[in-house]
Amino acid sequence: MAERSEIEAGVREVLGARGKLPVGIDTVGAQDSLYDAGMTSHATVKVMLGLENRFDVEFPDELLQRSVFDQVATIADAIEKLLAEQ
Amino acid sequence: MSAAPRPERLATSAGDRARSADDGTVADLLERARVIARDVAAVYAVEVDREARFPAECLAALKREGLLSAVVPRSLGGAGLSLGEVATICTILGRACASSAMIYAMHVIQVESIVNHRGDVPELDDYLRAVVREQRLIASVTSEVGAGGDLRRSITHVASEPDGGFRLEKAATTSSYCEHADDLLLSARRSADAAPNDQVLVLLPRGDFELHDVGDWNTLGMRGTCSPPARVVGRGADWQILPTPFRDVAAATMVPTSHTLWAAVWLGLAEDACDRARRHLQAKSRKDPDACAMAASRLATLATRLGSMRAMLDRELAVYEARARTDAEAAAEPAAVLATNDLKIAVSEGIVDVVHGAMQVIGIEAYKNEGPLSLGRHLRDAHSAALMINNDRIRSTNADLLLVYKGGLARERA
Repeated sequence: MAERSEIEAGVREVLGARGKLPVGIDTVGAQDSLYDAGMTSHATVKVMLGLENRFDVEFPDELLQRSVFDQVATIADAIEKLLAEQ
Repeated sequence: MSAAPRPERLATSAGDRARSADDGTVADLLERARVIARDVAAVYAVEVDREARFPAECLAALKREGLLSAVVPRSLGGAGLSLGEVATICTILGRACASSAMIYAMHVIQVESIVNHRGDVPELDDYLRAVVREQRLIASVTSEVGAGGDLRRSITHVASEPDGGFRLEKAATTSSYCEHADDLLLSARRSADAAPNDQVLVLLPRGDFELHDVGDWNTLGMRGTCSPPARVVGRGADWQILPTPFRDVAAATMVPTSHTLWAAVWLGLAEDACDRARRHLQAKSRKDPDACAMAASRLATLATRLGSMRAMLDRELAVYEARARTDAEAAAEPAAVLATNDLKIAVSEGIVDVVHGAMQVIGIEAYKNEGPLSLGRHLRDAHSAALMINNDRIRSTNADLLLVYKGGLARERA
């Protein structure tokens, strides 16, 4: 199973490629709000798809919550959980 | 136009003072709405449409009868109506004058947004008491030049003043009935360095705002809503900035109440078109029962269409009532967003078909611009529905969501 640091790095990679943030993803802390940083709901969907592809997982409906995609840390928590269930 | 009934009847029953609605039952409020629709809104609808003027008589009657505080909680002196009950009022008014009904719906959406998201700010409680006492009319300023019709994006921002309070300035593409409103509720970025979607809602009571560069309003339909472009310049105290982020207000309240109450208005409009078609067919059939089988069959199809739209609306109203009023998280779930967007798309497109169908049932008398069977205003008003938050934008949101949605039910639908 992937290390937490690898997961966070992968999450940041996807956010950087698809999050369309007005600021660099490196300037956003693990527990900063991505929505406050400017991530739109449209971009969130692209991020979800990118994460499903990058980690080869599917987000079940109960994880398609705004709170799950609010921070690098909460996204990494969800990925970690999904990978553990595999 | 039919002979105008006596608007005075209302004045005598209401008295001079704007009264709070909490002494009336829901049935009483609905009855007041029916009387206003029949004796005021319907009477001035043609003139309001022709002159593209604010339906002042109808709004004055709604104020007199205490209907502007219908959704303010009883604890603050309001009537505490549910969204479903106030949707019925929107439909009642929509059958008489869609512009009046839309103004009423938009006002209710603003009040409901403040009610649900006022947090523990005592000044906002006081403000809602004033809405009850003074029957204040609130207009919304969410559109902005350059924002491309995206509710969830602002360019302008709230500028803090060094000695407390704020200033702001916003160029709105549409400023529905702002020139006639008591107060404005306006979206803006939280601060100068906030992201475009990091927005707040700002309440600007009369005296705290000025309207400049007000443009023209000469549209195909919904002419009475008086929604020209305008530049709003405002200032105020910090309590006037709602404590809940706009992203949560939009998800939990503004979007679901807009889609339901707009649908209620639009269904009223379409129902009135079908009523005219039905009355026409009944009169014709009395003379010759076999004369209009084809038209009657067409009318039956329209009724089916109306019924399915009504069922979608009732479903969304029930979902809204079942959810905690501040639960933005539940309201933002894909299943919930898809369904409320489906309602908007289905009804906004469906009513154009229904009004057009009613016109075919009636024939030339519906096509004429005057007369009791004229449907020109209905058809023109109906065409606004797909543009109020453009359906293309809403469809693209749903298209996005369908790429990640796994087919499950939202919590309140399970």
